[in-house]
Order: sequence, then C-alpha cells, then structure tokens
Amino acid sequence: MSASQQTLVLFGGITAILVTASLSGFVLSLRFAESPVVVNLNARIKAWWVMVALIGLAFAVGKAGVITLFAVASFAALREFLTLTRTRRGDHLALAAAFFVVLPLQYYLISIEWYGLYSILIPVYVFLLLPVVAALRGDTAQFMRRIAEVQWGLMSSVYCVSHVPALLTLPIPGFADRKLLLIAFLILVVQSSDVLQYVWGKLLGRHQIAPSLSPSKTVEGFAGGVASATLLGAALWWITPFSPWQAAIMALVINLMGFCGGLVMSAIKRDRGVKDWGQMIEGHGGMLDRLDSVIFAAPIFFHLTRYWWTV
Amino acid sequence: MIARLFAIGVTIFARILTGVRGEWRGCLPEARQRIYFANHSSHGDFVLIWTVLPAALRRCTRPVAAADYWRRGRVRRFIGEQVFDAVLIDRDPTSREADPIEILLAALDRGASLIFFPEGTRNTTGQRLLPFRSGLYRLASARPQVELVPVWIDNLNRVLPKGEFIPLPLLCTVTFGAPVSVAPGEESGPFRERSRAALLALAPAVEDGE
Repeated sequence: MSASQQTLVLFGGITAILVTASLSGFVLSLRFAESPVVVNLNARIKAWWVMVALIGLAFAVGKAGVITLFAVASFAALREFLTLTRTRRGDHLALAAAFFVVLPLQYYLISIEWYGLYSILIPVYVFLLLPVVAALRGDTAQFMRRIAEVQWGLMSSVYCVSHVPALLTLPIPGFADRKLLLIAFLILVVQSSDVLQYVWGKLLGRHQIAPSLSPSKTVEGFAGGVASATLLGAALWWITPFSPWQAAIMALVINLMGFCGGLVMSAIKRDRGVKDWGQMIEGHGGMLDRLDSVIFAAPIFFHLTRYWWTV
Repeated sequence: MIARLFAIGVTIFARILTGVRGEWRGCLPEARQRIYFANHSSHGDFVLIWTVLPAALRRCTRPVAAADYWRRGRVRRFIGEQVFDAVLIDRDPTSREADPIEILLAALDRGASLIFFPEGTRNTTGQRLLPFRSGLYRLASARPQVELVPVWIDNLNRVLPKGEFIPLPLLCTVTFGAPVSVAPGEESGPFRERSRAALLALAPAVEDGE
C-alpha cells in the first residue's frame, strides 16, 4: 500500500471507531440522560471528532499544516501553563520573549530541519538567557521559583510538543514519504492509552496509585490501559518502519511515558489548586489536559526512533 | 462602519490573546439596565467585559472612561468615542466644566447600561482592590431602579500592566456576581465597603506567601 492509501485506511479506521463511540454514547444518553458521566462522555466524543478532523486537515495540507497545528497547540498550552505560574512584573519581558520569540523560533527551526539547534534551543540557550532578561529588571523576590516555572512551561509546552512535528524531519531509510503516519502512530497510541486507562479504570479500578495526586488513577486501570494500548500499537506496525515486536516495545515506552506525564502534570495542577488547565476543549479541559501524555512521550519516541532507525 | 469592524476586531483579538470567558455566577445576561462595576487594572478592562457580553447587550452598554486620556489625539478619540461609545468624564475637579455624575446620569437616562470603575483609577499597588470612591453610591442613590452588578476581571493585570507595551497571552476570566443595591437610609461609607466586599468576594482565593 502506498502512503496515501495507508493514510486513508488509517483515518477510515479512526472514523469507524468514532462513529461507534458516538452511537454508543447516543444510546447511553437515551437510557441515562441525566448521568453526568454520560454527558461528559458525549462531550468528550464530540471533542474527539473535532480533534481528528483538525489533524486530518493538517495532514492533508502536509508538513506546513502539521507544524502550524502543533505551533498553535503549543501556544494554547504555554498560555495555560504560564497562567498558573506566579510570575511578577519583572518577568513581563521574559514572558513576552517566551511567547513571541522562543515559540515561533522553535517551530521555525523544525520547519528548516535544523536538528542541531532545535534540540538544544530551549534546554540550553533559553534556559541560560531568559533568566538574564528577568534578572536585569531587578526584581529578585521569588527569583529562582519564577525562572524555574517559566523554564518548565517552555520545556513542557514548546520543546516537548514540538517533537511531534519534529518526527517529520527524521531521515528514515525506506520510509521517507510516510512520516506523517509516524505522527499518527504516536498520537493514536498515546491517546488510546489515556482512553483505555480510563475505561479499564471505570470497569475494574480498585487500588489507587496516587490518591493524593489523582483519585481516578488505579493500578487496574493503568495495567489494563497500558497493556491494551501496547497491543494496539503492535497492531499498527504497518504504518511505522518497525516490525510488530519493535512496534510493541515502542508503544510500551510511549504508554509508560504518557502515564508519567499524566502523573507529573496532575501533581502540578494539584499544587496550583486547579482541576483542569483550562476550559478550551469541552469535556476534556484545556489543551494541556489533552497533551499531558504526549508531552512526556514525544521526545523519547523521537529520540529512540532517531537513534535506532535513521541513518 | 469602520468603527463596527474595529470593535469586532478588538473583541476577536481579546479572545485570541486571553481566551476570555464569562462566568455568570450571581446573575444572568438579561436585557435590563445595569451598572457593571469592576476592578480596574488595565486599559483592557472594559474590552474584556464588553467581549464577554452577548452582542445584544454590548450594543447598549457603554464604558465610563477618562476624558483626559481618551480625548488626546485622533486615534484615541476615534477608539473612545466611535468604537466603544464611551461616556467620557473629566477626572480633574479644577478644570472640568460639568459634574461627572450628571454626565453619567444623563447617559443612564438615555437607556444605556454602564461599565464603571469605582476605584477611580488603575490599581498598580499590591492591594487587590483600592478603596471605592463615592461615584457608585451617588449614581445608585439617584437611579435606584438600575441594577448594580459587581464584575471581577481576573489576571488582566498580568496581561498588560501599567507601563508595559507588549500584552502577554494569559487566560483571563470575567465573573459576574449577584446584584447589590443601596439599602434604605444607607450612608455612602457603609455602602462603599459593602459593594467593595461584594466585588472582592468574586475574586479567586489568594494563597499564602504570595
């Protein structure tokens, strides 16, 4: 199958799953109209339709579409993250630089495929230079906490998220025209891991993993979700340069990192006293609520793919 | 025509920048005459309230703004008078020709709702809310049928603090509280404290060590 045929088959399969989900949600809403779980479920499914449509549109446009989509996602995520930080007036210029210089620059570097710089821009250059901007304004109250929070925001919302479109820049022999499918693999595996952990948790969940952190994360949900999402990843080996076994291992790594991402970002939310990062996506919360697993999975997946599968 | 487009453009820009959402906690967006009184920290304050109001209410809601700022220069005059249809009052008691309260009462009598800032000026101190001036009490006493709705604008002081030029994209919320009114025989002082407390009650809790 050619790249475009594979893409069509993939999106056909996703559409079929979404139609099934919508129908089930509709049937459930007829029987349990008042249940908040069902209402939330249907809101989530609707949001999934929109997200799949947007990603499909970006794929249809090509590399520029995908980079733009994730740049916008990074913008929304960074905005949600920095809203919860405790920055002061002295950080104003540094924050403006974060939004209007660092974010566009990172995505520009990915578009020109300059790996040597986009892989270290934020962890090294921005890490060192942005605190100088804040320091020069002279406000030293809570200084370390402020610069640390801004760096965390840029790393999570910009650096990590940007490694999803960065997959398009990897020179993988024999796979050159199908790299969009690698992005699809990552997103599908990590998001179905989220959904499957939720489903397994609702069905079998009993022992909580971190009650003070996230009351809904259970051992049963985690084990069932990660296992089934890993199987799904293995089954999707044909859209990747991996063999079925390799795809399973990659999917396992993605799912474990995704779970860690959910845990850490939940811890941050708890610290800041909020339940959701924002209210942009109905039923899900904010952009970061949707991206928290992707943020931890993307750079590792990128690095492993780059290390083992490129020239 | 240009003013209308400009107004639409400003609200779109405000939405993209701040993702602003309106939370109608204490009342609903009804078509009745109101004075929305809010905390003042930035020139963008009334833009956010305006953006969050339904279009029908937006058309008859006028912000109260300082004439000494918005009459200076053609662009500001265009924005203040044409785009936002602001009620401009002169803040300087020595130079002004008319009592600002009279100007506001005239605007109310023509059917407009107002967006009003009882602090009197932009708050640049560390305090959450400055003490209220007497304007709100005087307006409420003169026109008791107008509903007074407290509105808390959150986070805008971080988006564009006084003296900065680049606005930061940060999430802002606009919270509408339950209406307050002057109790029979209530004096200015107690009413000012009560209305100030009602507005402060809408603000999110502050944590220790801030």
